[in-house]
Amino acid sequence: MVSVKLVKRLTNDQLTNDQIIEKMSRPKHTEYKTPTHIDDYPTGPQYEAGFLPEKNAGWRTFKPVVNHDECIYCLRCYLLCPDGTIMKDNGKIKIDMDYCKGCGVCAHECPKDAIKMEKE
Amino acid sequence: MTKVLDIPKVNAKNMTEKEFFYGHKACAGCGGSIAVRLALKVLGERTYSALPAGCMSAVGFIFPQMAFNSNAIITTFPGSASMAAGIAAGAKALGQEDFKTVVFAGDGGTADIGFQALSGMIDRNDDVLYICYDNEAYMNTGIQKSGLTPYGTKTTTTPAGQNIPGTITHKKNLFEIIAAHDIQYAATASIGYPQDFLNKVNKAKHVKGASFIHVYASCPTGWGTPTETSVEIAKDAVDAGLIFLAEYEDGEYKLNRNPKEFKSVEEYLKKQGRFKHMSDADIQCVIENRDKKWERMRKNWL
Repeated sequence: MVSVKLVKRLTNDQLTNDQIIEKMSRPKHTEYKTPTHIDDYPTGPQYEAGFLPEKNAGWRTFKPVVNHDECIYCLRCYLLCPDGTIMKDNGKIKIDMDYCKGCGVCAHECPKDAIKMEKE
Repeated sequence: MTKVLDIPKVNAKNMTEKEFFYGHKACAGCGGSIAVRLALKVLGERTYSALPAGCMSAVGFIFPQMAFNSNAIITTFPGSASMAAGIAAGAKALGQEDFKTVVFAGDGGTADIGFQALSGMIDRNDDVLYICYDNEAYMNTGIQKSGLTPYGTKTTTTPAGQNIPGTITHKKNLFEIIAAHDIQYAATASIGYPQDFLNKVNKAKHVKGASFIHVYASCPTGWGTPTETSVEIAKDAVDAGLIFLAEYEDGEYKLNRNPKEFKSVEEYLKKQGRFKHMSDADIQCVIENRDKKWERMRKNWL
């Protein structure tokens, strides 16, 4: 069904929040192997769900920084993040910086101004 | 249909922590991706998504990146509802029970190109939830006017100038057209009111048969707004009365939000690059059309 050679899933140990991503059941960043033979390409139109060889972090000019003392854990940012990068972590919010595009919706919608956008 | 009171409420605290639309390539601050992400989180893992050509299929399926973490397929532009009906029938034939088929189509793929298939799907009462994320133009191909583009919008096919003030037609009345099919459940929502949207998707999830949700989703790129205000703009549109929150259920219309006073339309319009050129007369035209619509809605739906 899926070309296994092409999409060999590797756990990326360099990810700092890897364990949290695992816990939060998000798709993980996966290594992409450039196909070297015609057999490496998928044979049909199907493809593996949640297969992410690329990160979106390079899009960002400003990054969100959370002030945990101000945060009241209302989860409005979690609800409204267009990319779903904000996750719950034992009563605190945590941001997956690999896929945050720095749009600033979380900071703008925060009722307590606990999230600030800082230049990378 | 399951009684409304029996359905457990979904909110930010208790919703599934799984992400089903993750790592996509949508523009920063995309409203459509908020709608798709939240809807998929309510519908859960056993969901079949069908997406016609449009932003969400363009940003979700960039080979080899696959942003959907559940079953998803790109359909033909005019046939998304037919394809979803086929998926629902196929899954039923395989003996599957706890699944939901959902379509995520843009405003062009719903109100213009995909309309005949949608009409047929509602007529046959196929077990499909059709979600139209309305960003008020064909944004994926570079901002062309669609049937749901409001009066005065500057698009590439209706440029604003000396002869015309941008789009010269008003928004198609999609919600009432769908309701006129006597559909089991139809609703309008906005990403500016996320809890209301979650409740409506949750309600539609428990409908056995065709259901439709029209969700207003902002587009920072096409509307000329800063990326961080995309949710605020979607909320302002509801507060200014240009978008209404309503439901159609058991043959009855229900207005969910009936504000005593509207916020300033001019303020909402002037925040966006696509309305910057509008004169006072054009704004008055928008306000008149809004008041006429609300008068009719308040008379008939309350």
